[in-house]
Amino acid sequence: MSVPLLTVLGRMTLAFLEAIGSVSAFAFHAIRQAVQPPWYRQQILRQIMEIGYYSLPVVGLTAIFTGMVLALQSYTGFARFSAESAIPNVVVVSLTRELGPVLAGLMVAGRVGAAMAAEIGTMRVTEQIDALTTLSTDPFKYLVVPRLIAGIITLPVLVLVADIIGILGGFLVGVYKLDFNDAAYLRNTLDFLQFQDVFSGLVKAAVFGFLITLMGCYHGYTSKGGAQGVGMATTNAVVSASILILTFNYFITEAFFAR
Amino acid sequence: MASPKISLHGVTKAFGPKKVLQGIDLEIAAGESMVVIGGSGTGKSVLLKCILGLMEPNAGSIQVDGEETTDLGRHERARVMRKFGVLFQGGALFDSLRVWENVAFGPIQSDGMPVDEAREVAAAKLGAVGLGPEIGELFPSELSGGMQKRVALARAIAREPEIIFFDEPTTGLDPIMADVINDLIVKCVHDLGATAISITHDMASARKIGHRVGMLHEGKLIWQGPVGEIDRSGNAHVDQFIHGRAEGPIRMQVRKL
Ligand SMILES: Nc1ncnc2c1ncn2[C@@H]1O[C@H](COP(=O)(O)OP(=O)(O)OP(=O)(O)O)[C@@H](O)[C@H]1O
Ligand SMILES: [Mg+2]
Repeated sequence: MSVPLLTVLGRMTLAFLEAIGSVSAFAFHAIRQAVQPPWYRQQILRQIMEIGYYSLPVVGLTAIFTGMVLALQSYTGFARFSAESAIPNVVVVSLTRELGPVLAGLMVAGRVGAAMAAEIGTMRVTEQIDALTTLSTDPFKYLVVPRLIAGIITLPVLVLVADIIGILGGFLVGVYKLDFNDAAYLRNTLDFLQFQDVFSGLVKAAVFGFLITLMGCYHGYTSKGGAQGVGMATTNAVVSASILILTFNYFITEAFFAR
Repeated sequence: MASPKISLHGVTKAFGPKKVLQGIDLEIAAGESMVVIGGSGTGKSVLLKCILGLMEPNAGSIQVDGEETTDLGRHERARVMRKFGVLFQGGALFDSLRVWENVAFGPIQSDGMPVDEAREVAAAKLGAVGLGPEIGELFPSELSGGMQKRVALARAIAREPEIIFFDEPTTGLDPIMADVINDLIVKCVHDLGATAISITHDMASARKIGHRVGMLHEGKLIWQGPVGEIDRSGNAHVDQFIHGRAEGPIRMQVRKL
């Protein structure tokens, strides 16, 4: 009875490889379009607002509580070895390197990736994308490229904000709950703040911004079959973007910090 | 006949095992208004999309102004597309844009018309389909189905195209508005000197807007001729269709209750 199992596995592998192929072709085409005029500036600005501005509350909330819980948890661990002074270090390094970009990325994937897939998917199934083409407007340039550009620009800014808010959260817990001296906590934080850490986090953010918008656009653009198809595109966009974020996070970390 | 504006030879299109178009031959002269009739699901919309290049036919040749368009690159395709205006069956209005922005979309985005001027063009085209300027400020989702259709029509003619496709322009309109739209289509074809292909189930509309009628059935154009001869076609399929009879050579795929 191992043959049916193998058949299923083989089919899944083929489908997976096919998906990778068509996503890559989509991404390649998008990048080629992105470097040629015309650019729809208005669309880019609109998407920056959509991705950046409207994501600020959820990203900010995520960041502040993450910073707070980091300080609290590392205290319970480090107090045993009388190493409380390392808390600002832990907060800064884990936020800027990992948690800032990954958590912001996942939140934005849920919010923006889903919305993009739904919007573009609806445009596909209601023939709005065909209508764009007949009005001599390249749907790739008009719909996909502005979203990709906005994602790559906006996510690093969001992550920078998340870093700052997260560190502030750690500071608040450190000073008001764990009785740190505020000047000492700040000095410690600044001492441990490394350009390399922040920079690697921002590189991650730009990559995540690309991945989130790519998945949103790809699944929306290729959706078919009415409301159900659009719903499926939305789910697929969020799930695939989240998995890609975690995967790429590992490899970018390795590229920056493995020696 | 002088060289045709649009000509199709042996165009076929299948989706997987499902053969939709099975060898379409059609020639349409410049300034002519062709009406395509046929049952639901016979591939009328697919035929339009093939001519537009939105779908690739499996075989056959499609020429616009004598130029083969089935193997065009992106830039040439865009150039040929400039000749067309399309009213989609579902309207296909951009729901994130206001009504006037929908109508002005072609002039602004692809012809680079200044926004103020395009806004006036949009107001004029909306007026032509019986919609006041205040409607221009609304979003498509705030309009009734018939109003959406009229906006879509205004958008299709906004760039004064050489060739206009109307996919069921009067479906969902009341009889009076349907006749207004018919008049408008006749006027567009006449004033702009445009070539038109219209799809319709509405025989009154077909008689009014068409110079010539073709009937699509089982993937082929089984009859074409001047609109005046439609009652004397001698074709049982056409007779059944124009009289809307359930009994006849065309069998609907339905089971008895
Ligand atoms: N993108 C597609 N993928 C698969 N099948 C399709 C696609 N588009 C159309 N079809 C099939 O092609 C056939 C013809 O569709 P089409 O939309 O052209 O019908 P129609 O003649 O315009 O009908 P109606 O009068 O109801 O609008 C249908 O059976 C439809 O299922
Ligand atoms: Mg149709």
